Amino acid sequence: MLRIPCPFCGDRDEAEFRCGGELPREIPQPGVDDDAWSDYLFNRDNPKGLVHERWCHSFGCNQWFNVVRDTVTHRIHAVYRPGEPRPALDGPCATAAKSGG
Amino acid sequence: MRNGSEVGRMSSPQPFRGPDGGRIDRGRTLAFTFDGRRYRGHPGDTLASALLANGVKVLGRSMKLHRPRGVLSAGIEEPNALLCVDWGSGLIPTVRATAMPLLDGLEARSQNCFPSVNFDLGRVLDFTRALWPAGFYYKMFKWPDWRAYEWAVRRAGGLGRLPGGADRTGYRHLNGHCDLLVVGSGPAGLGAALEAARRGEDVLLVEQDMEIGGSLLHDPMEIEGAGSDDWLAAALAELAGMDNVRLMADATVAGAYDHNLLTIHDRSAAWRGDGAVESFWKVRARRIVLATGAFEQPMLFGNNDLPGIMLAGAVHKYATRFAVHCGRRVAGVLNNDSGWRSLLAAHDNGTTVCAIVDTRSDLAPALLDAAEERGIAVHRGATPLTARGSFGVQALRFASATGPVRQVDCDLIGMSGGLNPATQLYSQAGGKLRYDESRHCFVPDRDPEGWEAVGAASGSFTQESGTPVRPCAAAPVRTGGQWLDFQNDVTVADIELAVRENYVSVEHLKRYTTAGMAVDQGKTSNLGALTVLGQLTGRTPGEVGTTTSRPQFTPVTIGAIAGNRRGDFYSPPKRLAAHDWHAAEGAVFDDYGSWKRPACYGPDREAAIAREVLAVRQSVGLFDGSPLGKIEVKGPDAAAFLDRIYVNNVLTLKPGRVRYGLMLNENGIVIDDGVFVRIADDHFLVNTTSGNAERICAWLEEWHQCEFFDMQVVQSNVTSQWAVATLAGPHARGVLQSLPGLIDLSTAGFPHMSFARGRLADGMPYRLQRVSFSGEQSYELSVPSNRAVPIIERLRAAAGPGELLPIGVEALMVLRTEKGFVHVGVDTDGTTNPLDIGFGAVVDRKRRDFIGARSLARPNDRRADRRQLVGFEPLDANASVPAGAHFVAVSNGTRRSEGFVTSACDSPTLGRTIGIGLIERGFGRKGEEVLVYDNGRNTPVRIVDPCFYDPAGERMRA
Repeated sequence: MLRIPCPFCGDRDEAEFRCGGELPREIPQPGVDDDAWSDYLFNRDNPKGLVHERWCHSFGCNQWFNVVRDTVTHRIHAVYRPGEPRPALDGPCATAAKSGG
Repeated sequence: MRNGSEVGRMSSPQPFRGPDGGRIDRGRTLAFTFDGRRYRGHPGDTLASALLANGVKVLGRSMKLHRPRGVLSAGIEEPNALLCVDWGSGLIPTVRATAMPLLDGLEARSQNCFPSVNFDLGRVLDFTRALWPAGFYYKMFKWPDWRAYEWAVRRAGGLGRLPGGADRTGYRHLNGHCDLLVVGSGPAGLGAALEAARRGEDVLLVEQDMEIGGSLLHDPMEIEGAGSDDWLAAALAELAGMDNVRLMADATVAGAYDHNLLTIHDRSAAWRGDGAVESFWKVRARRIVLATGAFEQPMLFGNNDLPGIMLAGAVHKYATRFAVHCGRRVAGVLNNDSGWRSLLAAHDNGTTVCAIVDTRSDLAPALLDAAEERGIAVHRGATPLTARGSFGVQALRFASATGPVRQVDCDLIGMSGGLNPATQLYSQAGGKLRYDESRHCFVPDRDPEGWEAVGAASGSFTQESGTPVRPCAAAPVRTGGQWLDFQNDVTVADIELAVRENYVSVEHLKRYTTAGMAVDQGKTSNLGALTVLGQLTGRTPGEVGTTTSRPQFTPVTIGAIAGNRRGDFYSPPKRLAAHDWHAAEGAVFDDYGSWKRPACYGPDREAAIAREVLAVRQSVGLFDGSPLGKIEVKGPDAAAFLDRIYVNNVLTLKPGRVRYGLMLNENGIVIDDGVFVRIADDHFLVNTTSGNAERICAWLEEWHQCEFFDMQVVQSNVTSQWAVATLAGPHARGVLQSLPGLIDLSTAGFPHMSFARGRLADGMPYRLQRVSFSGEQSYELSVPSNRAVPIIERLRAAAGPGELLPIGVEALMVLRTEKGFVHVGVDTDGTTNPLDIGFGAVVDRKRRDFIGARSLARPNDRRADRRQLVGFEPLDANASVPAGAHFVAVSNGTRRSEGFVTSACDSPTLGRTIGIGLIERGFGRKGEEVLVYDNGRNTPVRIVDPCFYDPAGERMRA
């Protein structure tokens, strides 16, 4: 079970959270074509390495935030709030990271 | 439970117990039974050591072939000595006798045998075992099909029988934290605990044995210049005196999970007859020291599963810790120095070893000298062939180094195929192992973050002479069977068969042969199986690799994992505020989502539903709609926010008015429906389907926080704050209007789809919305939850005696089906978009973006042959049609499903069966006759409009 640093409450057990999955790309404008729309809806990068995910501290502050997690080691490298820029990461795992859009 | 002191010193002799020594309390005697016979042991014994002391050799039968089995080990890795045990807390099946403390009055029984452990009819499977090789059930039970045999195979499978009756043991869940968690309390574990504790770290030491000390309890050594007994006593005294140290004995670290979370199965309070408690801990540790020691591996030779063949380390441990000498003449079958150490120590402590057969030729001189001193014959470079005997060992046959076959008479064989570090937890945590060729075992190689393995668990074994371990597997004998997995009866021949059939990956091998899938999870069999696999396929064990260890490390009671989450605590039901009132009215409760709600009132379900439906159609009914989802949405941007959530136009809704709406997910699928109310310009009340409020509230939060975070709006789920009494029927207004203080309800002042709030004359706050799910004039009156019963009673009094009938969920479902109102999740599924249920015009009118809008523009979402919502009537008015039945099209003799029935009922109002469903191109097929297929029966039906009753809606607007 992961230990997740909620940016509002501090370290808590995974059981208190809900995972919203890999961070989606920005919602396309309504006029976007069908291929781009289905790419947004259904395709995720699913990288081996660093992934940007959305989590909600649903049995705590009920706030959503973003988590940078390594899918191989499960190590959590950073958390940040919605709307904040993605943190720049270096270190051994950063080579495996994709920008995630 | 009998009192042990009564039998006290009268104990009958325990023929295999030495006259002195051992860490047992000889001053007290414990009485117990095995298969009905009475025996005696001492505090400090395990069930296995006490049985061995009494000369009981055959304890059970193997799972598949029913071969007689005795004790193999002296610890948690035991695959053979599995018993049904009752110590006053009910019968517990498949208990490892080697890890079960002896308790006074304990009753043990053998399992997997009939009529008795010494004469088991199931042994016929052994005598015919050529018929049952690995994977036999995949090949043999195919004709006519598997189900013809399943009952017999299922009866034959498994070991113990489940206990009957309620479980009397209590279970609890506990949580903990520590700086350092030490798993195992041998010298390495205690050393690590002492070092960290002296630095002031918060230390938790966990030991699976009932006593702290690990190998020191049976294998004394010199530590820091002192005898280990003294060292152990001093270490325990020091640790006990420190506030930052906790010691747990009789507790097993069962699982290792991400970020250093460990689970501990704590049995320290489990051995009471009454009030037994097992605890299941979740402990988060900064660091973990793994000091779990190593598991000794068996040797391979014919009949190596006979009772009386034990691990050498077990012979040693029984001799020293329990003063039990398991045999009178012991022969050793070894390939490593650790086995030598064990047998020499056993000999020195009174278990007579007569011969040692070692597969290695170049033995250290010290070992040879030691053997000579003790009069032990040594056969170097020999190959063990087979053990002779049927229910016990009589002799060991081996090929000597020079070739001739020789025989040693013996009644016990102590074998050692080398040690394999107990790295199961390390692997669970993500640690990587490496094959160590000179020791023939897998040792920790790459530590998970925060983990460290020490002592034998790290592959550093005490007092090795340097002569490498010689892998033991695959002796040249093909007769007699060489057992790898004792419990599951997996032999070398089974591995050969698997290889012939190309199961050459260790993961496939395990599943095909079931090697390592027994209660012990391969602690004494995995290494042997993969070594043989490697030898048969020309690979080293390192190249073959191991299977992945997963929790639990040792068996954990299901009850301990469940803890208090059983009965109503498993998924606590939600009860209505007026639950008891409904019960007094004769309500039959059913589960609707997590709610317990009245399905109908009265034991005759059909009659009750019909009575309740007609009450609403003809006069008035009272429905408890409290679970209706209620979410308040407030803020300057509330209207704009909801306009993005709903398919419908939210901006044009005026305060005090109500609108029906649909919510979609981004893929354009309907996820919820219900009315929403504009209470004020910046204040909305969102009604969701009952049971869906939490999910929809979370959905709104996610959109608000993650995508529309610049909007000023808050949402709050107030579902359980308000009780809702729904009055429906032509007399609803008359009854409701008599509540003093209510607004004027006349249709001119308060038409259908209106909302009002205020206080009744007595000050009770209320919210009132005129909406209808039944098709009749209908009012939903909300009051604070704690006023549910008073408001129902007042409405009842207002209606007059017997005039206001309570109606249940089932009647409401009939009423709404008669009106063709969809129930999202029943009449829609994960493919239904709003166009499919007749909301195309609403979608097309909305000019602004909303969730799911873009998806509805895809060609697939607008295909003409999509399944669309229709009503249908069977041509035979009384034919019954279940939901789920298919609409079938027949053309050229082939049948194809065009959709399915989603709701159907016997309509008391119309006196006939009606239903609604989704069928391809449904909107254009009104009047068409189609077949509904269900379980071999075809029912002709006519497609009609889904609204069967009052299509103009005059009754609900009246």
